[in-house]
Amino acid sequence: MDRVRIGNGCGFWGDNLDAPARLARTGRLHYLTLEYLAELTMSILALIKAKDANAGYATDFIDVLHSLAPTLREQPHLKIVTNAGGMNPHACARAAQAALAKAGLTKRIAVVSGDDLYPRLDELFAAGHALNHLDNGAPLSTIRDKVVSANAYLGAKPIAEALKLGAEIVITGRVADASLTVGPAAHEFGWGFGESDLDRLAAGTVAGHLIECGAQATGGLWVNADATTRLEDVGYPIAEIAADGTFTVSKPANTGGAVNVETVAEQLLYEVGDPARYFTPDVVADFTTVKLSQLGADVVGVTGGTANGLTDTYKVSVSYRDGFASAGTLVITGPNAVAKARASGAIILEKLKAAGFAFAHSYVEVIGAGDVVPGVLPKAEPPSVSFDPATRPFSAGRAGSNETDFPKEVVMRVAVRDPRKAAVERFTKEFAPLVTSGFAGTTGYTVGRPPVREVFAYWPALIAKSAVAPKVEVL
Amino acid sequence: MAKVPLSRIAHGRSGDKGNHANVAVIAYTDAGFAWLSKHLTAEVVAAYFAPLGATRVERFEAANVRGLNFVLYDALAGGASRSLRTDTQGKTLALALLQMEIDEPDNKEL
Repeated sequence: MDRVRIGNGCGFWGDNLDAPARLARTGRLHYLTLEYLAELTMSILALIKAKDANAGYATDFIDVLHSLAPTLREQPHLKIVTNAGGMNPHACARAAQAALAKAGLTKRIAVVSGDDLYPRLDELFAAGHALNHLDNGAPLSTIRDKVVSANAYLGAKPIAEALKLGAEIVITGRVADASLTVGPAAHEFGWGFGESDLDRLAAGTVAGHLIECGAQATGGLWVNADATTRLEDVGYPIAEIAADGTFTVSKPANTGGAVNVETVAEQLLYEVGDPARYFTPDVVADFTTVKLSQLGADVVGVTGGTANGLTDTYKVSVSYRDGFASAGTLVITGPNAVAKARASGAIILEKLKAAGFAFAHSYVEVIGAGDVVPGVLPKAEPPSVSFDPATRPFSAGRAGSNETDFPKEVVMRVAVRDPRKAAVERFTKEFAPLVTSGFAGTTGYTVGRPPVREVFAYWPALIAKSAVAPKVEVL
Repeated sequence: MAKVPLSRIAHGRSGDKGNHANVAVIAYTDAGFAWLSKHLTAEVVAAYFAPLGATRVERFEAANVRGLNFVLYDALAGGASRSLRTDTQGKTLALALLQMEIDEPDNKEL
């Protein structure tokens, strides 16, 4: 194979369900990758698996497989690489097999596992792997009883091995997002994982990084997108990679979106720290050596992308229980919408305090007044007018002064976080009363009490590669 | 001196890494990148985003795409899951920075 075409049809669990089939149908792909696991997705999947041994994977993938069945029939050589396995890749593989059988298809499925360190935590601690917090150095043992999941980010090597064993669908647990792309490229071109192939792995990592978030490479979130960008029909990204690691980014013909040096440059730096050192299990990639060039309409050429070494550690993503949270909203219309909204938020928290519930963390936002980036943007209120409810009346009636009808309306959002579930549950019952006991212009209580969710905090750590054993099994 | 928004000379994108945010600012032209390199220092960005409570701001260069990448440490009030903000992942920070008012650069090529 001269060039391998790898398309990513899913950037996160929750992405568009039709995108994978649309991409595969016309993308002339060799590989379709599907990425489902955000940093904290594993905590939710771990709890699901604890309740049901056959669950704990990204169930959207099974729906996507149904939608892909006609394409898989027409394109028997199309292969799929996905981290949909989540906390239970074996169960995911069984479900995938069943879904394919239902569609009259048989595929060789491989499972990549070994990333799940949770069952091994005590053994790892005993062997001296403290899993210290990457930012503050605290050992994981300090929160051991709260830990819900602990997964190493595996690399491309087990994916390449699975493909070498003839797998047509590779289902993994936690792997580095870019490795979903590096694995197929390494397999097709015989790249090794040692010193001599590091630059190619780095180039492949750039490709994987650029397409891993789906439409973010093809016009999604592009600062200069407008109605003519046709995001309603956005095409998902394709990396066409050559044996030397050079590649193009494009999208299927006759789709919306845009692939240009702006969309690609924005994505190159997305969620990056030091661009000269982008750490993956496969290589430390230097993004500052990447060169972008517009080769044609919606085709960007990417060269460069070099290695900056290789680490002997895997990153580990740990999640742990950290109390409960909830957030509710009401809509407040003007006049004086902003002032009334701030006062309404204060009323909710005051009432709860009077009922005996002071919260460890609480937060009032007035959406429409600039609070989403709090304190940074110029205020929506005319600066000459004070809206301090303590010193100025702000009613909508005759007693009002300094009235303003800008903005016309706002969303008041109040959020709390607390170790006590009962306190957070009580919080959720304090929104509806304002529909009758709050200010004139209060509405928007239509979806009922807001849900209480368990909070899972994120604990990043490193572990020696020698302590982790990636496992490849063909079903 | 006339004021213009930073978006006149640059575009960008922002996101999260745990409780840290990254904000990439990418100039449209070489002259624009020279302007960014000189004026858009870590200190300027830290001062602009001061209300977010970042513990420090670090600037990295990606001259190959005329980009500066700012890492705002501990700027997300706990980050995904923990943060009580609407924007738990810093998605909106790039547009916020691009709205920063700057003195209109002399160089008309920007």
